[in-house]
Amino acid sequence: MQPIIRVQDLSKLYFLGGPTAAYSTLRESLMNVARRPLGFLRRPAEPQTLWALKDVSFEVEPGDVVGIIGRNGAGKSTLLKILSRITEPTSGRVELYGRVASLLEVGTGFHPELTGRENIFLNGSILGMTRKEIEAKFDEIAAFAELEKFLDTPVKRYSSGMYVRLAFAVAAHLEPEVLIVDEILAVGDASFQKKCLGRMRDVASTGRTVLFVSHNMAAVSSLCSKAMVLWEGKVEYPLGNVEDAVQSYLTQVHQITKTKLADRNDRTGDGRMRMKHFGSFDDDGNELEYLATGQDVEFRIYYSTVAPNVKNIVVGIGITSNTGAFVSLLSSELVGHPVESIGEEGFFSCKVTKLPLAPGSYTVSLIIRSSETIIDWIQQAATIVVEPGDFFGTGRLPPSSHGGVLLEQEWSAVSERVRMLY
Amino acid sequence: MQTFRLPAEPLVVIQPSKRWSLLSFSDLWAYRELLFFLTWRDVKVRYKQTALGAAWAILQPLFMMVIFTIFFGRLAGVGSSGIPYPLFALAGLVPWTFFSNAITASGNSLVGSANLITKVYFPRLIVPAAAMLAGLVDFVLAFLLLCLMMVYYRVPVTAQVLFLPVLVLLTALFGLAVGTWMSALNVKYRDVRFALPFVIQLWLFVSSVILPSSSVPQKWRWILLFNPMSAIIEGYRSALFGLPFDWPALGIASVLTVLTLLYAIYSFGRVERSFADII
Repeated sequence: MQPIIRVQDLSKLYFLGGPTAAYSTLRESLMNVARRPLGFLRRPAEPQTLWALKDVSFEVEPGDVVGIIGRNGAGKSTLLKILSRITEPTSGRVELYGRVASLLEVGTGFHPELTGRENIFLNGSILGMTRKEIEAKFDEIAAFAELEKFLDTPVKRYSSGMYVRLAFAVAAHLEPEVLIVDEILAVGDASFQKKCLGRMRDVASTGRTVLFVSHNMAAVSSLCSKAMVLWEGKVEYPLGNVEDAVQSYLTQVHQITKTKLADRNDRTGDGRMRMKHFGSFDDDGNELEYLATGQDVEFRIYYSTVAPNVKNIVVGIGITSNTGAFVSLLSSELVGHPVESIGEEGFFSCKVTKLPLAPGSYTVSLIIRSSETIIDWIQQAATIVVEPGDFFGTGRLPPSSHGGVLLEQEWSAVSERVRMLY
Repeated sequence: MQTFRLPAEPLVVIQPSKRWSLLSFSDLWAYRELLFFLTWRDVKVRYKQTALGAAWAILQPLFMMVIFTIFFGRLAGVGSSGIPYPLFALAGLVPWTFFSNAITASGNSLVGSANLITKVYFPRLIVPAAAMLAGLVDFVLAFLLLCLMMVYYRVPVTAQVLFLPVLVLLTALFGLAVGTWMSALNVKYRDVRFALPFVIQLWLFVSSVILPSSSVPQKWRWILLFNPMSAIIEGYRSALFGLPFDWPALGIASVLTVLTLLYAIYSFGRVERSFADII
């Protein structure tokens, strides 16, 4: 079948700082000339570059619902930005055989001073609808957002929930041949999210093509008919079967978590401190390879510092399930245990009693930050494997289909004549 | 299940653009509704949460007129070509205010729309253009004040007023040209935001707003030819008060306007493709 999107050898190079800094003031430019009057004769210093995308090729057929999977920084957003014509590729070519609308954000161009009604028109027009289209769908949009009563209120008086509903309602009524969606489903309350997912399914079922970017494997699995995996700017798993793509992604994540933390270079932060190792320990200080549900465990993050006097830091451990759903956040800030000063080397210890995670494998992201800056941050830093353990003291665990999180519970039966209140 | 037929040729091809890429007029035309909506937004939002609202459009030139009359009115004398000085000054201030607001608004427009530019595609030229067009509403309001003043001073209207639309077009295009150029510079050099008000103030003094170009010594008058605004503003006075037009000066102003506009579009186009990465 003829593709509706054809991407050939698409590459995008970004300059990070260096001679072509993000933006400069005239003074800096003049100073540069003054400092090195003959600078233009010299070869410019090698700027730091990054291939956000490298030789990416794929074809999408009409009616496909394509999931693009990858970690943050894998090039997903860059790919979307190029397909939406926001930024230009450095090389390569894309052919689009249909009208494309992209939703990299909901509510683009919303103006707080304008009313809901006015913003529907403005936003619709920005997203590429004609005035006639907007007029024709206006009532439907207002109904979808459940905001009929507030159409003449300035958007600045809306609650954030109302704002998002209105924004998504406009977006949901776009009728392009190709819809490009960034992870906007992470917004709004649960019931609204459900509505949005439903709407995307509707769009897909009318034979339209959808490109959906996510790192939520569950959403990709349930929505998409095909998927591909991007890894550090390259196609890691070519467009194809969703289950296999998800599996390939998980394997990749698992692979990278085996690299020593000290050697990981996919980290962000000012480098004042570096995390060297993450491990789980038992009460006696023995490092554990596997954890058991219900066990007392101590997580340790080993670090070294470059600048000794790092003060007031927050340490966090984010735990994500296999499917990409966030499970829990452990953070020294949450429990009010600020880390005030530390030595040059050592470890941060976080003790969890009676680990309530159901058996399975989890990925852990680690962050050390001060109140304003990130000091060291590694996503998907490690995997923890939780084996079945005796959480309840009964030797029983919920079936794996009903895993999730285990809660302490007490049951009793109370005999009492219940008046039929319910 | 295919609900539409795929075209044989791609609707859009995305690839690195060439250095000398031409402005795509078909693209601009396709997005004309967005131009309308962005202009409409700027008009709607401009006087939100101000006590006096759109009256500001009239108050700005009005106060300037009063100040100029107090300080320069006596200087003018014969210089204001027999026109009462307040009217003379206002006829210059109304187009000048339009022009200076146009370059300020469009000069800052791109940086101000960063969140739009990094999220949706549309021809970027629409942003400074909409900022300029939104000023037209103010211009019309201020122009009404000018008409009232003309009635008050009983200045007869001649057939020369028919030339006014051409002058408005010229002002708008020159404002767009300078504003577009500034907006592109602003992306790279945020100095523009600070330099622009200053430049505008200086520019006012060499644009025949306060005193007629005839008050400039003959020896130096040729310098004014390099400033299209001077000829355009004198043009407004000629059209409104039935004075003779200075055709050579207007001709040069038109040529300069077109050249500035072409240069502005060229330099805008050069930065356009990297806007989203820089902003």
